Amino acid sequence: MSQPSLIERLGILADAAKYDASCTSSGTNRRTSKDGPKGSGKAIGSTEGMGICHAYAPDGRCISLLKILLTNHCVFDCHYCINRKSSNVRRARFTPQEVADLTMAFYKRNYIEGLFLSSGIVKSSSHTMEQLIEAARILREEHEFRGYIHLKTIPEADLELVTRAGLYADRVSINVELPTVAGLTRLAPDKNAATIEGAMDTVKAAIVEAKDARRRFKSAPRFAPAGQSTQMIVGADGASDADIVGKASRLYGDYRLRRVYYSAFSPIPDASAVLPLQRPPLIREHRLYQSDWLMRFYGFAPHEVQQAAGADGMLPLDIDPKLAWALKFREQFPVDVNRAPREALLRVPGLGTRAVGAILSARRHRTLRLDDVARLTVSVAKLRPFIVTADWRPTLLTERADLKALIAPPKAQQLELFAA
Amino acid sequence: MTPFRDAGIADAFAVPLAAPDDFAGWRDQARRLLMAEVPPDRVTWQVPGEGGGDLFASGHRLPAPHPDAPQPRVPRAFLDLAAKAALHRDEGRFALLYRLLWRLQQRPGLIEDEADPDVRQLHRLVRTVRRDIHKMRAFVRFRVIGSGEDERYVAWFEPDHHILRANAKFFVNRFAGMRWAILTPQGSLHWDGGVLSEGPPAARSDAPAEDAAEDLWRRYYGSIFNPARLKVGAMLKEMPRRYWKNLPEAALIPELIAGAQAREAAMVEQGGNAFDAERPGSLPEIAQAIMACRRCPIGCNETRAVAGEGPSQTPLMIVGEQPGDTEEEQGRPFIGPAGQLLRAHLADAGLDLSKAWLTNAVKHFKFVPRGKRRLHQNPTAKEIDICRWWLESERVLVRPRLVLALGASAARSLLGKTVSVQQVRGQPLALEDGSELWITTHPSYLLRLNDGPRAQEEARFAGDLRAVAARLAELAG
Repeated sequence: MSQPSLIERLGILADAAKYDASCTSSGTNRRTSKDGPKGSGKAIGSTEGMGICHAYAPDGRCISLLKILLTNHCVFDCHYCINRKSSNVRRARFTPQEVADLTMAFYKRNYIEGLFLSSGIVKSSSHTMEQLIEAARILREEHEFRGYIHLKTIPEADLELVTRAGLYADRVSINVELPTVAGLTRLAPDKNAATIEGAMDTVKAAIVEAKDARRRFKSAPRFAPAGQSTQMIVGADGASDADIVGKASRLYGDYRLRRVYYSAFSPIPDASAVLPLQRPPLIREHRLYQSDWLMRFYGFAPHEVQQAAGADGMLPLDIDPKLAWALKFREQFPVDVNRAPREALLRVPGLGTRAVGAILSARRHRTLRLDDVARLTVSVAKLRPFIVTADWRPTLLTERADLKALIAPPKAQQLELFAA
Repeated sequence: MTPFRDAGIADAFAVPLAAPDDFAGWRDQARRLLMAEVPPDRVTWQVPGEGGGDLFASGHRLPAPHPDAPQPRVPRAFLDLAAKAALHRDEGRFALLYRLLWRLQQRPGLIEDEADPDVRQLHRLVRTVRRDIHKMRAFVRFRVIGSGEDERYVAWFEPDHHILRANAKFFVNRFAGMRWAILTPQGSLHWDGGVLSEGPPAARSDAPAEDAAEDLWRRYYGSIFNPARLKVGAMLKEMPRRYWKNLPEAALIPELIAGAQAREAAMVEQGGNAFDAERPGSLPEIAQAIMACRRCPIGCNETRAVAGEGPSQTPLMIVGEQPGDTEEEQGRPFIGPAGQLLRAHLADAGLDLSKAWLTNAVKHFKFVPRGKRRLHQNPTAKEIDICRWWLESERVLVRPRLVLALGASAARSLLGKTVSVQQVRGQPLALEDGSELWITTHPSYLLRLNDGPRAQEEARFAGDLRAVAARLAELAG
């Protein structure tokens, strides 16, 4: 069978990869193309602590990496996936060499930070994993590529291969796919929760071991310096936000993940009839990311985020989870911006980590008034009911039943783009 | 500190700097001025290419520092911020920096107080410059000229602020192994693989106009975009229009947005009621009308629609998924391999086929051609939902007491939602019109199984049919 042209295949295999949410290129060790042995002098690529978004697509997402599949042929039949065996999408494949060459062509023109390579399962999981690793090896060894590489790891592959991937990649990720085991069993019949978490455990162990070795031997090889991450599909099974938050916090703890990505199940062409037709509102994905932030940067414990959810375990869609939590636990407010500790300030709806830092350093030099706080933050209107300043104290505002409407006036219901 | 009031010296000093980003020069002069106790309101800074300057300022004789003046001290944090802020194109930047430096002598802690207007302005300048530096790293696009030994990568870029020199190290670190040049209206950078050199300001026409790889890049950009989640505002916030003219992929944006909106409109239209006609009054009318139905893509594939058949009013209706290859050719339901298997099992269960209304959830045959064969394709949820109107019309006329749905597609058509066949099979479900729905697997599923599992599943299938037969007898009795 003759292959479509390279550009055709790029179209197919990028299209097939776009449902993967992660595109970050951050958090790895700093490298430059001038480092290391002065060999051929042909090395290309560098990494900063912070990733760079080289373009933004009209869906608002950052394009940082060349995110493609090696192939979208797949022997698995996961219902939520556009590449499942029973789907009618056009199929194509790249060779590892083609992927490496394409990555270099894009990187040298400054289109991308590196490569995010994933694949459908062909022949066997281990065979597929070997192909992914081969593409990364060509980049690192033959092209002396020092940019970012993220390899999606196939949990069913040999564990030896999973650990080999980390020697070339900055980040490895294994998707848990669905927040509940029941959902996984129903929607991804070929996958197994224990296998997935087993592979995550292997990666964690390898990362810990490599870090330990580098403490003792400077020449010890690095292993996935940007750590591992995972992705969960939201809205394809019946899991509530509270379930998802609980699952995420357990994953962060058990496998020391750098990130958990949430991907709102999006209607895919040629959908399997087992799936809900209506996608969850995109805002739900956003609320989950906010709750993730609360746990990672704002000192909220998982059960506190879950408290922000309603009786059905769902986070409110009309207000952010931090405000929802504050409205439920009004006895914690108001907070005195001139005296309260950092932890208490971080709980104030409308105060971000930057604003809290600015307040803490500014109050060493002056007693803050409401005007000062306004200069340090984005919007003081949302803050007022929750804070005390030298010249401001909310009068029973936190007691008012209609507080929510005061801070977050109900917006006109936005119509669902693809209301079923 | 007492303001400098030495007779014979002009009221204001014009202090020249070598370049718009000459932070080192500013620092040297500022130290001198500070040690001479010249207050900020008596200094103007003269920057090449910028207006301003004070007509009454005399710049040629800067006061000598007091010999016993102490070395000024500044917090490290201020110097880091000031080095960035100096790159801003705001003409007041050097004056702001000197004013802050002056005030810091008395209040070293001032730098931590972001509620102070000067400190706040400093942070604002720094943020803007940082963003511009970052955007340059993101949006420079190299184009290749020459090949082999002569291969060079050349980019044209227009920064908002004076950041070109500040960004040179980043590009050297990243692209050490190739020869490149970045041309801007402020000046240019050239890297020959070992040495970085600066060149004069350039024009857009000095850079190559195209690059062969840009078609690939545009294809990637158009394909990675998910039209189901259009968020133009989020894109514009991070990639403002002023950058678009130098981004090869940006030319695609209008058509991608328009295309997404067209897709949305098409889906909304599909989601709306495609059927605003009156329901047909008889089964032959349905049989005729479905032939002309083009409301979903399957209806448009030029195949023959297959109508239901059986007695015009009967207690049992059997619903399959869609006609197959044989059914489409002969125009009758359930006569292909799966249909024959069904017929055999119905007979075994004691169900009289001649007394049942046989029909499908979807009326046309969905397939992909593979050589001379037409391979069956499952209808999508949407297609099933559109075609439901025909099945409902049949139910209104046939008025079955019991509907037997074969497989997930038929179940979806009757329930309007997707259920797991394995979980709901073998038990009655109430339908809105008072009839009962029973669900079992589709016989084509049995045909796909291997011997062992197939025998097992066929036994369950036969069991479901026997339960239906028993229930039907009950309802009749």
